Amino acid sequence: MSSSEKGRVAASPGAAPAASGREPATETGQAPWRYAPAPESRDVVSIASEYGLFVAGDFRPAADGAAFATINPATEEQLARVAAAGADDVDAAVVAARTAYEQVWGPMPGSERAKYLFRIARQLQERAREFAVLESLDNGKPIRETRDVDIPLAAAHFFYYAGWADKLEHAGFGPDPRPLGVAGQVIPWNFPLLMAAWKLAPALAAGNTCVLKPAETTPLTALLLAEVCQEAGLPPGVVNVLTGAGDTGAALVSHPGVDKVAFTGSTEVGKQIARGVAGTRKKLTLELGGKAANIVFDDAPIEQAVEGIVNGIFFNQGHVCCAGSRLLVQESVAESVVERLQRRLATLRLGDPLDKNTDIGAINSRQQLDRIEELTRAGEAEGAQRWSPACPLPEKGYWFPPTVFTGVSQSHRIAREEIFGPVLSVLTFRTPDEAVVKANNTPYGLSAGIWTEKGSRILWLAQKLRAGVIWANTYNRFDPASPFGGYQESGYGREGGRHGLAAYLNA
Amino acid sequence: MGIESTTQAAPVRWAFEGSDAVTSDAALRQVLHGLPGVDTVGAAERAAGLASRSIKKGAKLQALDMAIAMVDLTTLEGADTPGKVRAMCAKARQPDPGDLSVPPVAAVCVYPDLVEVARHAVAGSAVAVASVATAFPSGRASLAVKLADVADAVAAGADEVDMVIDRGAFLAGRYGQVYDEVRAVRDACGPAHLKVILETGELATLDNVARASWLAMMAGADFIKTSTGKVTPASTPPVALVMLAAVRDFEQMSGRRVGVKVAGGIRTAKDAIRYLVLVNEVAGSAWLTPGLFRIGASTLLNDLLMQRSKQLTGQYAGPDYFTVD
Amino acid sequence: MPDAAAGTRLNVRKTYKLFIGGAFPRSESGRSYPVRGKGGALLAYAAQASRKDARDAVVAARKAFAGWSGATAYNRGQVLYRVAEMLEGRSDQFAAEVAAAEGSRRADARAAVAAAIDRWVWYAGWSDKVAQVAGAANPVAGPYFNFSVPEPTGVVAVVAPAESSLLALISVVAPVIVTGNTAVVIASESRPLPAISLAEVLATADLPGGVVNVLTGRTAELAPVLAGHMDVNAIDLSGAEAGAHTELEQLAASNVKRVLHADEDWAAQPGTRRLTAFLEIKTVWHPAGT
Repeated sequence: MSSSEKGRVAASPGAAPAASGREPATETGQAPWRYAPAPESRDVVSIASEYGLFVAGDFRPAADGAAFATINPATEEQLARVAAAGADDVDAAVVAARTAYEQVWGPMPGSERAKYLFRIARQLQERAREFAVLESLDNGKPIRETRDVDIPLAAAHFFYYAGWADKLEHAGFGPDPRPLGVAGQVIPWNFPLLMAAWKLAPALAAGNTCVLKPAETTPLTALLLAEVCQEAGLPPGVVNVLTGAGDTGAALVSHPGVDKVAFTGSTEVGKQIARGVAGTRKKLTLELGGKAANIVFDDAPIEQAVEGIVNGIFFNQGHVCCAGSRLLVQESVAESVVERLQRRLATLRLGDPLDKNTDIGAINSRQQLDRIEELTRAGEAEGAQRWSPACPLPEKGYWFPPTVFTGVSQSHRIAREEIFGPVLSVLTFRTPDEAVVKANNTPYGLSAGIWTEKGSRILWLAQKLRAGVIWANTYNRFDPASPFGGYQESGYGREGGRHGLAAYLNA
Repeated sequence: MGIESTTQAAPVRWAFEGSDAVTSDAALRQVLHGLPGVDTVGAAERAAGLASRSIKKGAKLQALDMAIAMVDLTTLEGADTPGKVRAMCAKARQPDPGDLSVPPVAAVCVYPDLVEVARHAVAGSAVAVASVATAFPSGRASLAVKLADVADAVAAGADEVDMVIDRGAFLAGRYGQVYDEVRAVRDACGPAHLKVILETGELATLDNVARASWLAMMAGADFIKTSTGKVTPASTPPVALVMLAAVRDFEQMSGRRVGVKVAGGIRTAKDAIRYLVLVNEVAGSAWLTPGLFRIGASTLLNDLLMQRSKQLTGQYAGPDYFTVD
Repeated sequence: MPDAAAGTRLNVRKTYKLFIGGAFPRSESGRSYPVRGKGGALLAYAAQASRKDARDAVVAARKAFAGWSGATAYNRGQVLYRVAEMLEGRSDQFAAEVAAAEGSRRADARAAVAAAIDRWVWYAGWSDKVAQVAGAANPVAGPYFNFSVPEPTGVVAVVAPAESSLLALISVVAPVIVTGNTAVVIASESRPLPAISLAEVLATADLPGGVVNVLTGRTAELAPVLAGHMDVNAIDLSGAEAGAHTELEQLAASNVKRVLHADEDWAAQPGTRRLTAFLEIKTVWHPAGT
């Protein structure tokens, strides 16, 4: 029997490869291979209908009984009601933190503080699945990210700083560095638990006590963390959690009983806070916005560079201060890179955050979605060309498809302003010098990416780029041992590493 | 199930036209070393990310059936006998006597001197006969001997030929020799389709895997294949990722679609499904067909059958419910 | 300097001008103001810098930044050592100026000058060591090489302490520039003259123009200009009046300046805080693979 008589079908060479299983039957007539829904079960976490503030070791309603709802941005369903802390609550929390600092935590030897932090770290690992599901429900980000990135890193931060608590005299800040006292810490909604870990772990290790204000739209994992602190036996008042909106945060940072203020959020609010603490002698660290350049040279390892571009702007739906939101691609390869990028984007899966195969989750809130939409409209009006892969959006919830703008210049709003969404602006450059000039031409300075096979060029660019975090041939890598923070209007102070202790010591 | 070579794949005309000088080592080095580099850590991360895809229920059943239909059931032992080969061919045609809805595998893979036995054993079915050749697995013999090996396989009726490249020549930079050998084998295959085994474990770096992939495709390969299965490491997800990207990009440039075969060390259904995810998301769903993707394996088949049975009945099966051959 | 005693030679009075971009211009406003010593004796007139002079100083500092921060640490250390050599050579002059400015005894002034020179030398030696103390190779949990290096933040405005005319001045300027920053210094309003003499030393000691710029004049007029200037990266408020801090820090927030406010005993051995306060930590990741 000859080959042809065996009834085999010759594949037609000319057809272009199709994107992931959303198209009609292949040439062989078989049904397309679609991944079945693979939802992580919600049952692993129990969500109460109401939550109080965590002050002095216990949960209590707001003094005036105020409360507000937190919703699941993927479905708009209400998850719970949480207390809204008012001025009296802020006062009570600061007093509790002060008392704990003076009587318990401040005098406690570092080796004992360390053991509390180890307990918390361990609990985060034990209850990892619970935290991951809760974070995805409250924030809208995919379970793959909370499970594989957010929660493990949060635990790792507690482990890392636990180990510093009894070694402060070796940290390079003098023979007897002292904590500052009570830290008022305001964190954003994009990595709720991770940001809480970034704030609490070094502060506690250094001997401070904390009053933490999670973001309005994402309070739940901070409250679960408070439960973990309780179970770890953390002395009352060492960590306090005040849920609330912007006014709660403002009251906290301006409270005279707070010695140290740490804020992660927008540059605009960061400046307001800096003005607010002026003249008060409160120490301040800020981690603010960014508009990072992800620079791709003609000799980049192109397959991985495309992954790096995708990761850079679409990880966490682009809700990342260090997102690679400007692709600076060498003009000679720009067309080919954009083409590959578009093909790759067609394989991204947008949908239910609890589905283990989802790559892109929901936008965190209506306000954020509005802002993204406003800026993308501006991008179109400015003359850039907009493209998204075919991407059906669920009916309920807040969604935005991955979007790429080509033909963008420095003078476009979408190249200047932080969109904080899954929107990439593509600009070109001709030479390494030009790449540096364009990359640095921004008041921000948080992060940058470099893609090239040439070692000397990587090191040269790393020297020239004015950014606090530089990823070469990789992107969006985080580690508790690695200092993170910005130049210029992206803020000051570093979180992570030995340097992360500086914010919480009188060094 | 196999791919019919309607034309002898011509050497890639878009790069070169005619002259011998262009297949020289220097010219090929320019092309191959001019390919974009592969960042090993990044490739491993992408492969690991795709390995975390959760394939359940109907999608899993579909994947299992696809995988079964893509298996090249293989025996390549010194101790192979006609009896062994016949038994394996029977299983290839009817993997599960307890469930006749299980599709046959794509092909059986044997040494050239057992091709005739295999051919008779699969006659009347859609299972193809693939033969290794060219002094498999080492590739260490003269070109004349290697081509005689191919001629034997083709004369015995092999539908497919799995050759090995000369890794020594490749690592010594003699790209022209590797190219010429692949071309010569391609010519000797006649109507049989040619798989070119790169032996990626010996090539060591992902950059070399990319280069060898392109070299083989430029010289006319119908399939590029990871391994002989006689060397570890054999196929790994990052290696497959690089090869799948190469065939995708090759089609963009030349219009010709080349298949990929992974072989060696793929023992569980879970592994196989991970490779299918790689094919789906790196090369594209057009490659999800036995005409363009194969898995060389022996023990894998029973694990695929066991998982398939679990999907259909809801109960975990045991090894006694599946035949050893 | 007091006039010569009757019967001896008349001295040539010194004109104290601003120090901007390596040159000694008068204020563009044409103003100057009297500087008095102990008991109200007139010491000299100093230029009274205007906001435009401050602006020009920032421009000069920014222009000098690329070259100064781009020089090797070794190079910067060499330049600072040379400055110390020249300070030593002029120590008598400085002792006299300090004594006149602060109304102190000559011996105390000499001791202060000696301490200032020693402190300058101490800071000079830091140029090629800060990176080793403040930098790190970070052991991240993955196949990456990850290192943190300190970099100068850019243009630093310094409000020099009011009382101590040389020792404190050196204590606030040296740590800023040794790491590669450039500085715009508002000298002590009441005791500015040693600052200009220091500028003369800097100008003749291979320090590139614009690395240090010295403005003499009214602190209350000049500090807000620098505090609010969008091209100044950091500000040291050591010499600002307590009551002025709030306004200055609020102005500094306009471009998220790094703000240092530190009370110090200038006689005590400094730590590394003033060195690290004006450094940015840059962290670089690269995969390690075949």
